[in-house]
Order: sequence, then structure tokens, then C-alpha cells
Amino acid sequence: MKSKSRAFWDVFRNGIVYVAAAVTMLLLVGIIGYVLIKGIPELSWSLISSVPSVIRGVEGILPYILNTVYIILLSLLIVLPLGVGAAIYLTEYAQNKKLIRIIEFTTETLAGIPSIIYGLVGMLIFCQRLGFQSSLLAGSCTLVIMTLPTIIRTTQESLKAVPESYREGALGLGATKWRMIRTIILPCSADGILTGCILAIGRIVGESAALLFTAGAGKVVADNIIEAYTRSGATLSVGLYLSAFEEGNFDVAWAIAALLLIMVLLINSAARIVRAKAAKKQ
Amino acid sequence: MENGMENVTPIIQTRNLVLHYGSFQALKGIDMDILPQEVTAFIGPSGCGKSTFLKTLNRMQDLIPNVRIDGKVTFHGRDIFDKEVDVTWLRQKIGMVFQKPNPFPMSIYDNIAYGPRLHGHPSRAQLDEIVERTLRGAALWDEVKDRLKKSALGLSGGQQQRMCIARAMAVNPEVILMDEPTSALDPASTMKIEELMTELKKEYTVVIVTHNMQQAARISDKCAFFLVGELIEMGPTEDVFSRPKDKRTEDYITGRFG
Repeated sequence: MKSKSRAFWDVFRNGIVYVAAAVTMLLLVGIIGYVLIKGIPELSWSLISSVPSVIRGVEGILPYILNTVYIILLSLLIVLPLGVGAAIYLTEYAQNKKLIRIIEFTTETLAGIPSIIYGLVGMLIFCQRLGFQSSLLAGSCTLVIMTLPTIIRTTQESLKAVPESYREGALGLGATKWRMIRTIILPCSADGILTGCILAIGRIVGESAALLFTAGAGKVVADNIIEAYTRSGATLSVGLYLSAFEEGNFDVAWAIAALLLIMVLLINSAARIVRAKAAKKQ
Repeated sequence: MENGMENVTPIIQTRNLVLHYGSFQALKGIDMDILPQEVTAFIGPSGCGKSTFLKTLNRMQDLIPNVRIDGKVTFHGRDIFDKEVDVTWLRQKIGMVFQKPNPFPMSIYDNIAYGPRLHGHPSRAQLDEIVERTLRGAALWDEVKDRLKKSALGLSGGQQQRMCIARAMAVNPEVILMDEPTSALDPASTMKIEELMTELKKEYTVVIVTHNMQQAARISDKCAFFLVGELIEMGPTEDVFSRPKDKRTEDYITGRFG
């Protein structure tokens, strides 16, 4: 009797696990499939390469694509030295353990804050207080703060993974601390920093709320770099929102969705490849 | 502590060297003279302070937080803790080989060239010369001359350690400190490195920490016995092993503890 009920519960538990796995798979494949089926037919070269115009009746997502690229570039340009520098300080220089723990705790907290709060703060600080207006510059600055924890965390992890014996070896030959960091530690952690970059790009590509507040909804192609960063501009994710909710143009929305999905898939596989390579090296 | 009878100026001297890790006293007032062109071996049971003492000599202890050092260490008569002393210069002059081989994850050539590149801008030809000379000096040249551009991580443990010795030699040190350099190696590799020591002392002063007494007896000219942070006895290796002055040295050497 006892063993019979145990057998029943075994089957029951296994059943739950299988059902959960199946539902998860189904949801995942369903969403990806649905988006791709809906979106890919709408993706065309003319859509990707055109600037939208209501007057001429042209649909296009070129400004969104360019804005996304611009924002990725500027954000990385700022967040990389900042984040890598902070990580180097925390792992190689800082002596005060309490301070390190406080900084690590705050960066972790920073990573968990809903992005719309970043948008609000970014709007108040960058757009208004610093006078950037709604611009790609303000958007990039906001994304810098959002991606900073990712960069710091991944860099720190890879710095910590560099064997202590490398440090001793370099210092023992008479290297200065900075020389040792530059010639041994950083090259050894390049993979980790790259992984951080890729994850940050993923976050930037996927971000919408914070950018709606700070980078605005512009959809023109700027004539030069300065104009590009000082004007408001929507990225692909924001463009998706605008197309669907403001213009009710769901064809374009699905096209953007498919494009974003493909990008995110590529970015995540790139991160995996880099990680696997790094793991292999060790 | 008397060193020996020779009338040679010591290259390194310590006077009343005391070292604390936090509140733990790891070295309790060490006086020692290390003579040039000799192999000096430090022996003693684990935790006796011999490695700690060794790492103080080129200020590698600076890397460890909460270390307090009192007393004096001089190199060529100069106080190494003096503010004027450039620690990178000191570590160039007093090189170090570690317990576990620690090749950098780069080619054999770049490993050897790492030090010379730190301390100047050597030409390609100069580097080629240094690489060949030091690898020959470390009895490794014939084994690796065809794979200098390959990763040093592909070498065997013994080869890696000899490469690390060559790497230490490449910056023209006067002293090479070795912290149990063969403890992670097989007997054949150990023998090769021991043979190397006798060659090395022609050009360098060698200080080696070992917990292998036979090794100390085979390779060293002077031998120092440490016990719980104190230097118990130091003298010509033969004397220390055959006529120890201190009962504790005798007990350790005859294997009564350790």
C-alpha cells in the first residue's frame, strides 16, 4: 500500500516536471515562431533602408536602426572605461574591504532597479538639469548607468579569475602595478570584458522605457555626428512601441520585432561562444 | 649569528628583522649575512618562516595586506625599505622563482622578453640574444628552440620552471630567490634544476627555500635552519649537517620532527 502511493507520487512529480518543461518549451518556441512568422514577411530591403515619411507615404525603419547603432557606440565608449576602471580599482587597488562590499552591493542593487526609474532619473538629470534635452546623448548617458553594473560585474569576475601567480610573476620581475595590469591582467580578462560588452549591447538593444523618457521619438536621419547625438531619436525597441501604439502600424511593428529578436539571438550566441572559448582556455 | 670565516662582503644583510602578520609574529628578529656567488639554503619545518623571510628580501611581502616589518635589510649596504629605493629596481636586482611554475599565458619568447621589455626598449636582436642566452643558461634551449613562439603553457612542469628561471635571469639580477622551486616537480625535473643551481652560482647569488634536506645538502654552500620564526643556526652546509651546534638543528636533521 505504502509503496503503491509512493509510486503514484513519483509518477506525479515526474509528470509535473515534464509538463513544466513542455509548457516552457512551447511558450518559447511559440513566441519566437509567432514573431518570426509575423515579422519576417514584412522585413524588406526597402523597409530597412528607408526613412519613413507620412507625406510621401513611405514606411521605413532606417532611422531606428541608425539610432540603435549610435546609442550602442556612445554608451559603450563611455561605459567601458568607466566600468573596467571601476572593476580594476575594486579588485586590484582597493584595500578597504568594507568600502568594496558597499560598492559591490550598490552596483548589484543598481542592476535590479526597473529601467523606467532610470528613465525618470535620466530625464531629470541629463535632459533637464544638464540641458541635453531629449537626445541620443541623454539616452546614452542613461544607458551607461544602466549597463555599468553589468560591465563592472563581468570585468571583476574575469579579473578575479586571473591566477595570483601571474601577478607575483610580473611584480617579481620588477613590473610596476599598472604595467602588470596592462600587460598581464587585462589581456587575460579580455574575454570577460568582451562578454560584458555583448551583454550590455543586449540590454541596450532591448531597452525601451528608459529611452522613451530620455532619447525621445525622433525618426529622421541626421546629417552629421553632432546632430545625431543632440537630436531626439528612437531606437528599434522604442520604434516598435511607436509603430504599434502611436501609429497603429502593426506590420512595421512585427518587422521590427523580428529584427530585434534575430539581433538578440545573435548577441546571446556571441556571448555564449566567447564564454565557451574563455572556459576552454582555462 | 656567525656566518663563516670568509672575508667576503655580504650582498644581503638582515639585522633584527621582525615581521608581523596582523598580530601574529612570523619572524622574530633575524640576523643574517648572505654572501655573493653562493647557494644559501633555508630549511626548517612548514610554518617556520623561511618562505616569509625569503619574500621579505625583495619586498614581495609588500603585496600582502596587514604586514608590518621592523628591523633592517640591506642590499649592497643599502636599506631596501628606504623611501629612496625603487622597489621595481630592487626586484630586478633580486629576482624570484616561485614554488609553482608560473609562466604567463603567452609564448616562450614573450615570457623571457617580458622582463627586459619592462626595464628598457631592447631591440629585436638584443631580445633574440637574451632569449637564447638565458634559455641556454637554464638548460632549456635545446628542448624549446624550435617552439619559441608557442605558448609556454604547453611546456611540462619541469620545463616551465626552468623557463621561469630563464625569465628571472633575463633582467640581469644579482640575486635569484627560489621558493621551493622543485616541490611541484617530478624527480627527473628536480635533478635538472639542482644541476642548474651549481651553474647559476657562478654568476648569481642563489637563495633557495627547500623542505627537502637532501636537496639542501646536495646543492648549498651555506645552510640556515629556521624554527617558529627564529633563525636557529646558520653556517657552511657541511657543518650544519655533520656537526650541528644546536640540539634543535640536530633533531630536525636527524628527522626527529618536521
